[in-house]
Amino acid sequence: MSHTPFIWAAYTVGTIVFLWCALAPLARKKSALRDIRRLIQLEESSGDSNP
Amino acid sequence: MNTNIAVKDKPRKNALVMFIHKMGSPPWFYDFTGKLIPWIWLIFGVLTAWGLYLGLVKAPADYLQGESFRIMYIHVPSAWMSMLIYTSMAVMGFIALVWRVRMMEILAMSSAPVGAAFTLVALVTGSLWGRPTWGTYWVWDARLTSELVLLFLYLGVMGLYSAIDEPRKAARAACLLALVGAVNLPIIHYSVKWWNTLHQGSSISLTGGSNIDPSMLWPLLIMAIAVKFYYAANLLTRARVRLLEQDLRKGWVQNLVRERSK
Repeated sequence: MSHTPFIWAAYTVGTIVFLWCALAPLARKKSALRDIRRLIQLEESSGDSNP
Repeated sequence: MNTNIAVKDKPRKNALVMFIHKMGSPPWFYDFTGKLIPWIWLIFGVLTAWGLYLGLVKAPADYLQGESFRIMYIHVPSAWMSMLIYTSMAVMGFIALVWRVRMMEILAMSSAPVGAAFTLVALVTGSLWGRPTWGTYWVWDARLTSELVLLFLYLGVMGLYSAIDEPRKAARAACLLALVGAVNLPIIHYSVKWWNTLHQGSSISLTGGSNIDPSMLWPLLIMAIAVKFYYAANLLTRARVRLLEQDLRKGWVQNLVRERSK
């Protein structure tokens, strides 16, 4: 039995899981920054309309 | 004489205490770790490239297992990290519960997904190593089963944390679960000694040396150090995002985003 496919499979799974684990918080950060910007805009616009 | 030593040591001790206090401040933590993280990723990248080159290219094939032993360079560091991260999560959870330190709650909860990822990789790569070595992908022996329980514990901590709306209450409940689950750690470690398992015993010991050839051992040790940098970078990145999410109405976060938008 050739061992090469098992080695490739192990490193492929590892790479996918570790990449996903490293990139997932960056996507969450982007979404959090978008929410904060929206909140700031809302607060500023409500401040303008209610002097 | 002794007085001189005490006087000399005092500023150093104060600097360490000051640093720990500063790390408890969200704006300072966010700023400091933002500068630190790229360097941690860089060290991780260099060590991983070096370790994998030595392990996958330079190390000779094993006389018994052939080429399949090369799975060790991802499986063993992942398995070690799965336990180390759980230990650190439980310790941080304990500090968070006893002293109510918010940054510790955030760090403990940010550890869980990274630990779950390492446990998943350890289980899958172990299974892929088991097929050519043992002739089977899975057996319900003590080591494999207790490692699977560890994955469920991580998932349980993450699930409990997301099930409660108020973040601090959620973190305290999840930290308590993490502490209770720590009982599984000695079971995983000693399973190969306590029970007759298909999984082999330890090949490396901190006290009793190693029965692996140095040409195979060094890449493993380099990879074991590299994954610690991966954990550090990933943990700090996740903690920063949680801070942004929890403090989105606070002045320091809004000022930070305003400055970036300019």
